[in-house]
Amino acid sequence: MELTLHVWRQDGPDSPGRMEIYKADDVSSDMSFLEMLDVVNERLLEEGKEPIAFDHDCREGICGTCSLMINGVAHGPEEGTTVCQLHMRKFKDGDSIYIEPWRARAFPILRDLVVDRGAFDRIIEAGGYVSVATGNAPDANTIPVNRDESEMAMDAAACIGCGACVASCPNGSAMLFVAAKVAHLGHLPQGQPERQKRVLAMVEQMDKEGFGYCTNHYECEAVCPKEIPRKFIAEMNRDYLKAGMAAE
Amino acid sequence: MKLDAKIPSGPIQEKWDRHRFELKLVNPANKRKYSVIVVGSGLAGGSAAATLGELGYHVDCFCYQDSARRAHSIAAQGGINAAKNYQNDGDSIWRLFYDTVKGGDFRAREANVYRLAQISNAIIDQCVAQGVPFGREYGGLLDNRSFGGAQVSRTFYARGQTGQQLLLGCYQALARQVNTGQVKMHVREEMLDLVLVNGRAVGIVTRNMVTGEIRKWVADAVVLATGGYSNAYYLSTNAKGCNTTAVWRAYKKGAVFANPCYTQIHPTGIPQHGEYQSKLTLMSESLRNDGRVWVPKEVGDKRAPGDIPEGERDYYLERIYPSFGNLAPRDVSSRAAKRMCDEGRGVGPGGRGVYLDFEDAIHRVGIDTVRARYGNLFHMYEKITGEDPYKVPMRIYPAPHYTMGGLWVDYNLMSTIPGLFVIGEANFSDHGANRLGASALMQGLADGYFVIPYTMGDFLAQNGPSGVSLDDPAFAETENEVRARIDRLLNIGGDRTPDNLHIELGKVMWDYCGMSRTKEGLEGALEKIPQIRQEFWENLKVVGNNESLNQTLEKAGRLADFMELSELMCRDALAREESCGGHFREEHQTEDGEAKRNDEDFSHVSVWEFKGEDQAPEMHKEALTFENCKPSIRSYK
Repeated sequence: MELTLHVWRQDGPDSPGRMEIYKADDVSSDMSFLEMLDVVNERLLEEGKEPIAFDHDCREGICGTCSLMINGVAHGPEEGTTVCQLHMRKFKDGDSIYIEPWRARAFPILRDLVVDRGAFDRIIEAGGYVSVATGNAPDANTIPVNRDESEMAMDAAACIGCGACVASCPNGSAMLFVAAKVAHLGHLPQGQPERQKRVLAMVEQMDKEGFGYCTNHYECEAVCPKEIPRKFIAEMNRDYLKAGMAAE
Repeated sequence: MKLDAKIPSGPIQEKWDRHRFELKLVNPANKRKYSVIVVGSGLAGGSAAATLGELGYHVDCFCYQDSARRAHSIAAQGGINAAKNYQNDGDSIWRLFYDTVKGGDFRAREANVYRLAQISNAIIDQCVAQGVPFGREYGGLLDNRSFGGAQVSRTFYARGQTGQQLLLGCYQALARQVNTGQVKMHVREEMLDLVLVNGRAVGIVTRNMVTGEIRKWVADAVVLATGGYSNAYYLSTNAKGCNTTAVWRAYKKGAVFANPCYTQIHPTGIPQHGEYQSKLTLMSESLRNDGRVWVPKEVGDKRAPGDIPEGERDYYLERIYPSFGNLAPRDVSSRAAKRMCDEGRGVGPGGRGVYLDFEDAIHRVGIDTVRARYGNLFHMYEKITGEDPYKVPMRIYPAPHYTMGGLWVDYNLMSTIPGLFVIGEANFSDHGANRLGASALMQGLADGYFVIPYTMGDFLAQNGPSGVSLDDPAFAETENEVRARIDRLLNIGGDRTPDNLHIELGKVMWDYCGMSRTKEGLEGALEKIPQIRQEFWENLKVVGNNESLNQTLEKAGRLADFMELSELMCRDALAREESCGGHFREEHQTEDGEAKRNDEDFSHVSVWEFKGEDQAPEMHKEALTFENCKPSIRSYK
């Protein structure tokens, strides 16, 4: 098929950006979206032009590196799917496709479609862990964990930290990401001793990074490639409130 | 060169305990005087950096990804082995040890493997304490599954994303150390060379991938945890960024390379679908529990699978290996698939594929049960291929997946360069010629959490601070070399792209140094690779500059090192005149086409030493002795 791509190009963090138009012909419907971009990039390179920079790594939907807005939707039109697992058979011959980077105040653009998601790391560093040094652990079966709770923790832990939730939120809020980590550890006995301290520290850091507030649009849930449910945001709000009162 | 593996004396069960007692210690107040560089933030590097930080060392940890959490350990699906014997089915440290040595086709070091099995249990304890949400039974205790040929259930898992969950556990431990200031994390910072002073590893030179800035880092010791080199084949199950540069630079500075030809080709990858394909995706080995593998009996049978009657199908794994059937080990299954395709009975585009068929399972247990067991994998398969595996059989084909070879290390996981440690897939240590499923995660975490924290202390206690600063001329010299290499890559001005050249190299490697190898083929590859390398240095095209985010430049630099490593892989494969594990030489097979080991002449680690550009490397041997596991023929019939 033949496609017209409108791609955000930006030379560096401080340069102005612009949309540029590229023709992609000979696109096979079996290609992944990123393979289609590879082909466009090979041609650009052959013409002596700089290829489109975009983030990607595992290309099997788990590392959370790839991050494109496609026609205004984070990770594109297919539900529960990262860009690297999106295939061209989801598009039609003759389509125009708009490709942009994650756009959020807390994710500055580094080049073209590549953004800096370091804010996510700093939120985890603020308290998204259990303080257990290597060698401290008791036998793994010492504490039984209710299976439903454990499954709930796993539902939350499935987050790959891609940032689609932030990119799709009109407020640029990171609530779903933070809530997923808070819920992952909050549903396990190992996470209890630091539960209150954790939620306060992570939310404080989230605010510091310039993420917006949640006003219940639920765009985050709609685009999340791991389909993390929004109920975790409600859980985090409860945890936060409780922890705040206890702290006072 | 004398290779001293420093294996402790005494009975194998006591070696590690005794060794730990004999290791020198750095007292807690003195640890803060030492600094360590860790390159890589996957299971091995992340766990090492976190643990060394907890102990009080100053750690600088580097990764090329934009976050430590994205290292490729994340992609492991199936699980992690441990000898807990929670299932009361007869497992033990001794059995895990034996299975691993045998699975490696008797080409691993017994003492290292025994230690790995011993440590395996503490890893599970540690991960649970960190909040890794392993699968559980209704009673609240941990569940296990069976894996790849083992006769016990010893594999712990977290749905189909065990790798991600274990990595998040160690990433969180790392984040905690970053928060305390004990570890400094440097993302999008790629190591481009190692710095030695008086023969000791004292630092690295990196390139910041956003600004292009070349930076120098000094420390008292360096740990490489940079993963494997399956991307030498271009198409592999590795992430696109996985590369050999750190390891190869260390090799060229004097660290010797062990068993480069030991590569694992995983049997259940999704076949290549076009020339534009950028990577191969794996379907979990667990599918072979219920799927049946077959090809048409007739050569060139182009009918749709549903139109081929039962009597005209060849369920070749069940036919050739009746006692293991579809669950034959990885190396054996991969080679059998290749043989079928070479006979012209392969299916799908280009005839490079075999069917993995769930029709019988759907009849036997019902479609709902099949969906419950494999739903996510079927979904992933459908996304990639556009075919519904509930209706038509999956097509699979072997894919390069893991490299057992790597930098040679002693029992302390130190390379032949003092102060340079190598852990995880980057070293050669524990898997011999073939790795068993669910053992890679175990080894990465064993090295990082429970081996290097002890052996690093011993090295530092014995050798003291490096006493070197960034002003040492060795740093400026290495930096100049790095800059010169980048300038050279940018200024060739040819017309072939890095990907284009990498595909050409990968094809040679896959054809001649892949699943099956011959003397003639390898000799041919050893003529072709230098030609491709010459073409690379004369006709490469890179646009842009060093001073910005330049993904083409990154690719070119990594490919330059793969060009050289590939030659060493072929050289090693040529020298090893036997078949063992993942290394299959067609000249050395039994009458029915199985791998034929030669213990008399090849019960050793092949260790290669760099002797200079345009010089042949020199091979050394570390003899392997088996006092506890008697080498036997691996038969799966």
